Amino acid sequence: MRTILHYYKKYIPYILITMVVLFVQVIAELLLPTYMADIIDNGIVVGDMDHIKQVGIIMIIVAALAGACSITGSLLASVTAAKSARRIRKDLFRKVTEFSSAEFGKFSTASLITRSTNDIQMVQQATVMFLKMMMFAPIMGIGAVFMALRTSVSLSWTVGLALICVCGLMVFSFIAIFPRFKVMQEKLDRINLIMKERLSGTLVVRAFRTEKQEEDRFDLANLDLTKLYIFVNKCMAFMMPTLTFIMSGVGILIVWAGAQLIDAQQLLIGDMLAYLQYAMHVIMSFMFVTMIFIMLPRAAVSAKRIAEVLNTEITVKNPENAKAGTAARKGMVEFRDVDFKFPDSEEAVLSGISFVARPGETTAVIGGTGSGKSTLINLIPRFYDVSRGQILLDGTDIRDMEQIELRSHIGLVPQKGVLFSGTIESNIKYGDENASREDMIRACEIAQAMDFINEKPLRFDEEIAQGGSNVSGGQKQRLCIARALVKNPEVLIFDDSFSAIDFATDKALRKALKENMVDKTIIVVAQRINTILDAEQIVVLDEGKIVGSGGHKQLLESCEVYREIALSQLSEEELGISEAQHAGEQKRLDEIAMRSLLPRGGEING
Amino acid sequence: MAKDRGEKKHAPKQGGRAAHFQPGEKAKNFKGTILRLFGYLRPYIWQMVIVAITAILSTCFSIVSPAILGRGTDVVVKGITGVGIDYHELLVILLVLLAIYVAAWAFGTIQAWIMAIVSQKIIYTLRDKMSKKLDRLPLRFFDKVSYGEVQSRMINDIETINQTLTASITQMITAVITLIGIISMMLSISVTMTLAAMLVIPASIFVIKLVVGKSQKHFQNQQMFLGKVNSHVEEMYSGHDIVKAFNREELSQKEFEEYNDSLCEASWKSQFLSGLMMPLTQFIGNLAYVMVCFLGGYLALQGRISIGQIQAFIQYVRSFNHPVQQVANIANQLQSTAAAAERVFELLDEEEEKDTVDGDRETKDTNPDVDGDVKFENVSFGYLEGEPVIRDFSFEAKAGQRVAIVGPTGAGKTTIVKLLMRYYELDGGRILVDGQDIKTMSRHELRSKFGMVLQDTWLNSNSIGENIRYGKPDATDEEVEAAAYAAHIDHFIKTLPGGYDMEITEDATNISSGQKQLLTIARAILADAPILILDEATSSVDTRTERLIQKAMSNLMEGRTSFIIAHRLSTIKDADHILVMDHGDIVEQGSHEELLARSGVYAGLYNSQFSR
Repeated sequence: MRTILHYYKKYIPYILITMVVLFVQVIAELLLPTYMADIIDNGIVVGDMDHIKQVGIIMIIVAALAGACSITGSLLASVTAAKSARRIRKDLFRKVTEFSSAEFGKFSTASLITRSTNDIQMVQQATVMFLKMMMFAPIMGIGAVFMALRTSVSLSWTVGLALICVCGLMVFSFIAIFPRFKVMQEKLDRINLIMKERLSGTLVVRAFRTEKQEEDRFDLANLDLTKLYIFVNKCMAFMMPTLTFIMSGVGILIVWAGAQLIDAQQLLIGDMLAYLQYAMHVIMSFMFVTMIFIMLPRAAVSAKRIAEVLNTEITVKNPENAKAGTAARKGMVEFRDVDFKFPDSEEAVLSGISFVARPGETTAVIGGTGSGKSTLINLIPRFYDVSRGQILLDGTDIRDMEQIELRSHIGLVPQKGVLFSGTIESNIKYGDENASREDMIRACEIAQAMDFINEKPLRFDEEIAQGGSNVSGGQKQRLCIARALVKNPEVLIFDDSFSAIDFATDKALRKALKENMVDKTIIVVAQRINTILDAEQIVVLDEGKIVGSGGHKQLLESCEVYREIALSQLSEEELGISEAQHAGEQKRLDEIAMRSLLPRGGEING
Repeated sequence: MAKDRGEKKHAPKQGGRAAHFQPGEKAKNFKGTILRLFGYLRPYIWQMVIVAITAILSTCFSIVSPAILGRGTDVVVKGITGVGIDYHELLVILLVLLAIYVAAWAFGTIQAWIMAIVSQKIIYTLRDKMSKKLDRLPLRFFDKVSYGEVQSRMINDIETINQTLTASITQMITAVITLIGIISMMLSISVTMTLAAMLVIPASIFVIKLVVGKSQKHFQNQQMFLGKVNSHVEEMYSGHDIVKAFNREELSQKEFEEYNDSLCEASWKSQFLSGLMMPLTQFIGNLAYVMVCFLGGYLALQGRISIGQIQAFIQYVRSFNHPVQQVANIANQLQSTAAAAERVFELLDEEEEKDTVDGDRETKDTNPDVDGDVKFENVSFGYLEGEPVIRDFSFEAKAGQRVAIVGPTGAGKTTIVKLLMRYYELDGGRILVDGQDIKTMSRHELRSKFGMVLQDTWLNSNSIGENIRYGKPDATDEEVEAAAYAAHIDHFIKTLPGGYDMEITEDATNISSGQKQLLTIARAILADAPILILDEATSSVDTRTERLIQKAMSNLMEGRTSFIIAHRLSTIKDADHILVMDHGDIVEQGSHEELLARSGVYAGLYNSQFSR
């Protein structure tokens, strides 16, 4: 909370002025009924037209003052809320931009997005509310009580009675309605979920002829929601007229009790009418304050969520005295006895990893899902920092380099083809803004992207929608490859980047890379074994450890895990073993596969 | 005054937006849509009559009450100027007033109570209609309209209609009656004063219009920049490692700040302008007050009007703004409701798939030997008119044969499958299943012959057992387990907490994609259909699970005609017939050996894929 309040420091003068202005407004508005009473008591009743004129003019001036104050207050509140929200938003975005993957993992991307968008909106709205209402309502309430007491003490019981009734009504809504708003949201989410499932499963639903079943499922949720809605609306149907009734009822009481006071000459008729207005002010202020007590906790939750992000310490930091980068980098990447475990996790994802990826060579990393392949390469651009050991780029520990310097030597092609909204050109030039058209075309040619770019009517100017949703998976991956190539880095990292590309293109792409990227260090993570058959070095990972490294032939003979992967993907001719041997191996692998589905250490007994 | 609070209470539910400042979308056919929407009220005609009567009565009572309160004041005034207050008369007046308040309360409650029920029943009906409609829409529809769009109509648009039905209809009635009532009450008190007040009222309408008009632009801007800020945040956060890898943090920050600054600007302006409304109309109200007092005082001096009447008149003038604002508000809301309702009706009016044959006819099993025969005869088809995807395609699969469909991504492999399942209608030729034209069967009957395993492993949030039972709801637990066993997933399920009763959560994140695939296979095994369609892509699955899936799939194909969208060498080689597709055409077909000997497209594909 303090973190967020800090942002309002700069606007303290604004807030103070707002308070002053609101205070003046309250006084002005409370004076108005007095003038009205004056006009009636000393003007109309007596028949003094001049008095009406005089007081009337004063009253209009006071009303104008109240209006002006209200407008000024509203201006200041809006500006304060919008500007402080802007600063929070800016700082939050900067902070999240600095986050490493570890922090992203901690919060989850979706949650960070909500915190940067909805939560800030919520805080901004609450600020306006707070400045306009929270400050106004209590001042108004106290002022109105004061004025009412000044006008007549003996009428107080009428307002008191009304307040008790309003209180009861509030308690009723707290108990009966507010908890149900949350349930209502849940039921709405449920309908949403069922709908989403049905739509995405249209093919399956129709194939299995389960339309009726799905309709019934939806109907159940629909009925459920409808019942709740009816209940809540019925409560509201009762609430609103009751509130009106209380407000008007207090009028009757005031006139009845007031008449007796007037009779006893303790009250003037105009004062009684003024008292009516004060009573309304008191009740309304009271309701505003209760409403704010409902709103405020929600905003406080949002503020807390924002503060959590702002106060998070970033794990991947720049070194205090960075070693100046040598201009002539070769791109040799060395892992020295690297361990890695995710923050807050007991078990190491990677342990004892040591290997060297040399310039001019392709180093492939292969292994089953969960073996730690992707994590391993995420360590190179410091998306995470190693837990033990070190990673060196041309002999310098990467933690001793500026992050910008380090990353300028690395071209990364991610697993999911992440593209940004813009054009094909803007996406490729993301790698290097100053790339010439020739560079761009060359990169696209190597990435085998020219064919489909040429098929697009606008070629490089073709729009890319957010998330690249308007190009196919294979096209996305090829554009991502071109983007990394245009950067012309010393180290190229491919994180399973060929999976959506068909085999023929994959082959051509690998050939072009081999020919054009002769002096680069290439690191490839792959699922398909034929993508990496001709890598100079293959590193086989299993459960976070290196279980073999070397060439394809060598690994086939020496590495069990590698054989297993190879056998499942290649035929016997390609592996150069007899059919019988192949069949035997297959059977053995089936058993291993069965066991792999079980929790660790599980035995097959069925 | 109290009603004012009522509306504001609704506001946070709509996300705190000021509804009447929000530029509404326009419906293409406003009148028709609104009339049609109101048509849904017809079954509740009696309730609506009661609602109308009670709404009118409760409004009338609210309108006359200030006049009666004014008479009470007059009694008091008369008392102090004369011989003392006539308490009896005052009491009678106040009791009448109380009775009126009670009646207004009762009628108001009854009206809102009935409306709550009626509106929710209509909303229920609309949702139900849409739900049923979804199952009768041809798949072509979903080529045009995305799932997200359909869902948005189902949820957001319905919610908009809901808001209107619940509140706006009665508000409309009350606002209009209040306006008429107030004017006539004012006229009955004093024509002169009414004319004077009428000078003020147009001013306040003018101010409302002006403020709304001015602020709308800023509200639009605010929405726009909020959208930009949000999508930038979303894009940069989800691609954060790419932003980092390419050292683009600063540029991204710069772009963000541009949007952020514009948002801040638009945001305070719209906020401020909408905040102008209250003080301005209040000031005008006070102006009217003084005018009325002055005029009223003059008239009172001449004895043409009483103080109580002045008091009542003032109350009327003060309450005039509210219904005016309300009408402006509702007019706006009706616009967006019409737009929402139009989208809903559009969906409900979409042409439905028609079965040429009615109902669920029993299959005439005259010749069990042809169970699973599939024949394509000169089939042609295109998703868009004039752009045929499949031309004059003929082919026959005998019962029990395995047919592999190969080709690069986007070649239209799934199109064949979609035609076979009659998700789409043919443009020419015919397809025979078990010797019978599929057009002469009902879709239900046709699809009962097919089992399907897709690459997209769709499961719903239900227990594992129910998911396997999906294709055969009356299957016993033993049957479910047997199917799971054949799909190699039985043992795994038993190790889960809750076993077959374990709930699969939204998006099924608690089991891996490979395990999901095995579950869909078990589902297809249990459904036990004579013809199978398999999309065997397993790109996201590791090698060990992939083996299991392969084995489970072979179990499944045993003795069934199967169409396999094939990626793996073993499936393709073992297939009895291979269809090679490219750019939406069937370019080659035949057995593995035949196709290799032809050294055409297939041979090329095969060589690039499986050898070095």
